[in-house]
Amino acid sequence: MWDYSAKVMDHFRHPRNVGEIDNPDAVGEIGNIVCGDALKLTLKIDRSTEKILDAKFQTFGCGSAIASSSALTEMIKGKTLDEASKITNKDIADYLDGLPEEKMHCSVMGMEALEAAINNYRGITTSSRQMPEEEKIICRCFGVTDRKIAQVIEMNNLTAVDQVTNYTKAGGGCGQCRPQIEAILAEVLKKEREKKQSLLRKKMTNLERIRLIQETLEKEIRPYLQADGGDLELVDIDGHTVYIRLIGTCQSCPSMDFTIETFISQKLRQVLHEDIEAKKVEE
Amino acid sequence: MKTIYLDNNATTRIAPEVLDQMRPYLYELYGNPSSMHSFGGQVAKKIAQAREQVADLLGASSPSEIIFTSCGTESDNAAIFGAVRSYPEKRHIITSRVEHPAVLNTCRYLQKEGYRVTFLSVDHSGQLDLEELRAALTPDTAIVSIMYANNETGVIFPIEEIAAIVKEKGAIFHTDAVQAVGKIPLNLKESQIDMLSLSGHKLHAPKGVGALYLRQGTKFTPFLLGGHQEGGRRAGTENVASIIGLGAACELAARHIPEEQTRVRALRDKLEHSILAKVPNTRVNGDPIHRLPNTTNIGFEFVEGEAILLMLSDRGIAASSGSACTSGSLEPSHVLRAMEVPFTHAHGSIRFSLSRYTTEEEIDTVISELLPIIDRLRAISPFGPKSKH
Repeated sequence: MWDYSAKVMDHFRHPRNVGEIDNPDAVGEIGNIVCGDALKLTLKIDRSTEKILDAKFQTFGCGSAIASSSALTEMIKGKTLDEASKITNKDIADYLDGLPEEKMHCSVMGMEALEAAINNYRGITTSSRQMPEEEKIICRCFGVTDRKIAQVIEMNNLTAVDQVTNYTKAGGGCGQCRPQIEAILAEVLKKEREKKQSLLRKKMTNLERIRLIQETLEKEIRPYLQADGGDLELVDIDGHTVYIRLIGTCQSCPSMDFTIETFISQKLRQVLHEDIEAKKVEE
Repeated sequence: MKTIYLDNNATTRIAPEVLDQMRPYLYELYGNPSSMHSFGGQVAKKIAQAREQVADLLGASSPSEIIFTSCGTESDNAAIFGAVRSYPEKRHIITSRVEHPAVLNTCRYLQKEGYRVTFLSVDHSGQLDLEELRAALTPDTAIVSIMYANNETGVIFPIEEIAAIVKEKGAIFHTDAVQAVGKIPLNLKESQIDMLSLSGHKLHAPKGVGALYLRQGTKFTPFLLGGHQEGGRRAGTENVASIIGLGAACELAARHIPEEQTRVRALRDKLEHSILAKVPNTRVNGDPIHRLPNTTNIGFEFVEGEAILLMLSDRGIAASSGSACTSGSLEPSHVLRAMEVPFTHAHGSIRFSLSRYTTEEEIDTVISELLPIIDRLRAISPFGPKSKH
């Protein structure tokens, strides 16, 4: 049994804004009966202010799909389209005091229906939007594109393929696309890491830089060496060269040069994003 | 709120008579049946009696054909691994696409280990094509494992016919009869089944106990190694109270089988007929003739199973669904997919499984509560006759 919050159960038992608006100004439809859930969102919009005057939904799906749709309509009523378009799936889940992770795709469906409705209002037709050249279907079972997968990973700080499946359904059918999802995940995470690093680099003082080198050696390198009965010691830092002394079994290890030149240098380069070279110091 | 429990294929309540039999062995009579003293010896006698009770329900030739296990899943694992290890030169296994995960995943594991596995398909009614079985059998086939009755749809396979086909080709035949035992009469003396799995908690015994029937003379390699218990075929100190409970439950089940076939069947039919008559766009999933008397699987078009279950649950009614959302997976049940049940019926499928404790009043309540639930969910749904869609 799912551990649904009281708010999810309330919106499931007493869904708000069920139905279909007559002569709607915008319609957003997402999902289909084969996939197991579908949402049709209809909006009444004030043309001059672009304010959402009314919102109604029809949903085919489980308890959390119905609750997410109901929550979405409550959240967007009274908002302008610009304000509403900033709503993420996470906002919908938060509004419901959270959803079980396996059900997060219900909140994503809400966000997608809203996107579709806004596109519909702005005259971006589904067919022209569905397949821009740079976007391609990754999961054929559930029709999920690379753009959607990357967007949901970024929005929700996802780190694993299973999470992507829980949030987008991608990979939840035959599972053949899981390697592709993994590649997208790796790419998004790499971009985010680089973003963080460049931010870090810009602001770093000399002292901070030394601390970061010390911290990296401490956390990322020493545990590996210690696991094999070895250890290291930071001797000095001179410009782009980091001088290191190896201790214990590392001294006699035949792959010692490799250890220093590739492993340690690579790690430091990743973190500091600069051309660092680690050098061993002889006794 | 009183619970109306129509999920007896998931698990059953312990019969009060069974609990009475178990009680002393949970506290006062705690001896080990393997001990030399009479304090343990009296427990060994009760286990011997339980073995006879299980053998009687199955119509086995001898109580020694019964091996107590920890659950139906262990029985299935012991049967399949036991057969492939006993015939190491044979590298082929046959099963069906609609088996319980206990069999399906065991076969998939062996497939990864290099075994060739044939997963027999089923038709729209959930029945096998016996010609497909005949064609798949080779001298290389170590074991054929086909369930007696399906847990989701209740569909009963022609097990004796299947056993005869398999034995003709010299393979071991195992059947997972977890859903069948206690609901339909069995007579293994007259059968060609080599191995049969059963589970206690599906027939009003406790959870955590099961049995494997192993026909005398069948080659077997134990799944669990250790002590001499169960004639060296399943090591581990006996789950005494539960085994005694399983014995008592089997004796009780033998007496109740006629009732399953009459009163329980009539209640199931009333539930099914009323739903089909009163709710448009519904269908029964699975062969309506060759079916367990207590089970019905109904597909409600345009609505989703989990939503139905949650609303039933709010009204104290326990059932289950083959929809994707109830399991946390994203696709409907493998059984309904193998039967090629249309997606809209699969997502909205509900299984009601009755027991000897189900009353007519309960069935009437379910019928009257269910109709407004389906109406309500269909009013929310963008699909279906009520929508302008």
